[in-house]
Amino acid sequence: MSTTIPAELRYTSSHEWARENLDGTLTIGITEHAQRALGDIVFVDLPVAGRHMAAGEACVVVESVKAASDVYCPVAGVILEGNPGLSAAPELVNSDPYGEGWLFRVQPSAPSDWGGLLTAQSYAELLSTSGD
Amino acid sequence: MNTLSAVSRPELEPTIFDLSASGRRATAQAPALANCTVPANLRRRVRPRLPEVSELQALRHYTRLSRLNFSIDTNFYPLGSCTMKYNPRGCNQYAMLPEFLGHHPYAHASLSQGFLESLFELQEMLCDVTGMKAVSLTPMAGAQGEFAGVAMIRAFHRQRGDFHRDEIIVTQAAHGTNPATASMCGFKVVEVPCDATGDCDIEALKRVAGPRTAGIMLTNPSTLGVFERHIAEIRSIVHGVGGLLYYDGANLNAILGIVRPGDMGFDVIHMNLHKTFATPHGGGGPGSGAVGVAERLAPFLPIPVVAKSAEGYRFLDERDCPLSIGRLSGFMGNAGVLLRAYIYIRMIGREGLRRVGEFATLNANYLMARLQQAGFQVAFPARRATHEFIVTLKAESRDLGVTATDVAKRLLDFGYHAPTTYFPLLVPECLLIEPTETESRETLDGFAVTLEAILNEAREDVSRLKEAPYTLPVRRLDDVRAAKQLELVWRPDP
Repeated sequence: MSTTIPAELRYTSSHEWARENLDGTLTIGITEHAQRALGDIVFVDLPVAGRHMAAGEACVVVESVKAASDVYCPVAGVILEGNPGLSAAPELVNSDPYGEGWLFRVQPSAPSDWGGLLTAQSYAELLSTSGD
Repeated sequence: MNTLSAVSRPELEPTIFDLSASGRRATAQAPALANCTVPANLRRRVRPRLPEVSELQALRHYTRLSRLNFSIDTNFYPLGSCTMKYNPRGCNQYAMLPEFLGHHPYAHASLSQGFLESLFELQEMLCDVTGMKAVSLTPMAGAQGEFAGVAMIRAFHRQRGDFHRDEIIVTQAAHGTNPATASMCGFKVVEVPCDATGDCDIEALKRVAGPRTAGIMLTNPSTLGVFERHIAEIRSIVHGVGGLLYYDGANLNAILGIVRPGDMGFDVIHMNLHKTFATPHGGGGPGSGAVGVAERLAPFLPIPVVAKSAEGYRFLDERDCPLSIGRLSGFMGNAGVLLRAYIYIRMIGREGLRRVGEFATLNANYLMARLQQAGFQVAFPARRATHEFIVTLKAESRDLGVTATDVAKRLLDFGYHAPTTYFPLLVPECLLIEPTETESRETLDGFAVTLEAILNEAREDVSRLKEAPYTLPVRRLDDVRAAKQLELVWRPDP
């Protein structure tokens, strides 16, 4: 099944995406592949602003009709905000995973961390080799 | 002219309050007020808001409700990880002897010797079955047993003055209750991945095990339906850094009489007596999460524990067990479940327990082979199944657009309770199938033929599956709405 992987974003092997904003902050969400695997999302438990995260630390719980899954912070940094729109409409993560369905914004400790994440091409290769 | 139409599928049953009519009584069941010894000033003046129905209406209502249900009494119930086996009726009969039913929990030990002896012998038998040194029966369910187990791990380290161990390791395939329990007991959860064959990734375990490790929680066989082959190595790694091994007894059925958690090196274990030792379960309770421990953890067991002395049997309490993690239930767990488990073990004996393990494994492997022949892909084809196995519909989902949910819903139309779906999480579009030892070969064959027919249906016309079920009082439910918009109907507004 084909899946959208925007070229301008960076990715993790645990299916998060990261967008580098003009002000140096990162916006984080889960990929189209991830939302499809999770199924219909009914609740998103977002982190509070100001929380210090280590790279790879679990900071969001996404609940679907199938399961509850952790989402990991791709880089070390401080949480700036969770997506306020998701409390009323968690299904945005399904319908618009790279847009309105973003999960949180983070101020990375090191600006170069974004560049260390997977490129769209690497992520596409990861998906094709894992076969799911 | 009125037309009569045959009922094609059962109707939803109204609540019993909808059947109520003012003043209607079930007089035969009413208490005889003439014999009431409650003083007049303590009696209620306003009638309780109970439904007013006849005895026959009440009987039919509950009989109809029971017929809407899938249960082990009516249907094959291969719900993976839940061990939905037959619960022998004889256990109920003995557990419901009037002497047990009428026994007051505050009755003096001298009046409770039969009850206490049963519990004491159950403790001894569970020690023998699991290879542990001591057992407490008091946890009320599996989750509480897990809580007791990890609370004992914490108490053990603290008693030694070791306050730095704040991490519990779980594997990727762990039951969700394992990290939940560790978190509940104040630990940080560290996850270790599984390798491609379903075993624990030993190199990853070595990286995370250390001076902060309080223990590891394992299910063996794991939720992937395979026996953890590295268990001896896991034991030496975790014990080597000073951590303890916790055994989640959810899958104990597979190894009964074959291998014992105590011999594998586990320090703490909880057992789901309601599953492995065959008491009715699946409706949300009552359960029993008895815990067993190695010698060094015995002082921390939850109380009460039954002891035997020259004067007879008695409950040990806070004075006898000052290091106990405390009480988890008002009296002695779910006594009725404990009695049923005791009678079950007495009934089938040591040899019978071994046959349970052997036939649970045989049935699972037989059904797995049948489904492989029918073209289903299993998650770990190179491994022998334990008491359960995983079918993955990844290829069918990709090629036909059919999901595990679709297949599960269609099975209901053919009179089968669906297997567990979408667990464990690391296998996509999975069905976790546990046939248990109490099913006949004919039942397993019928189930395999049905699953094959459903797969053929999907190949011909996938929309047939998307609309299933057809024969139940409700069709495909809106899972999203059900999760977000709960409507609890229990009685009409006044």
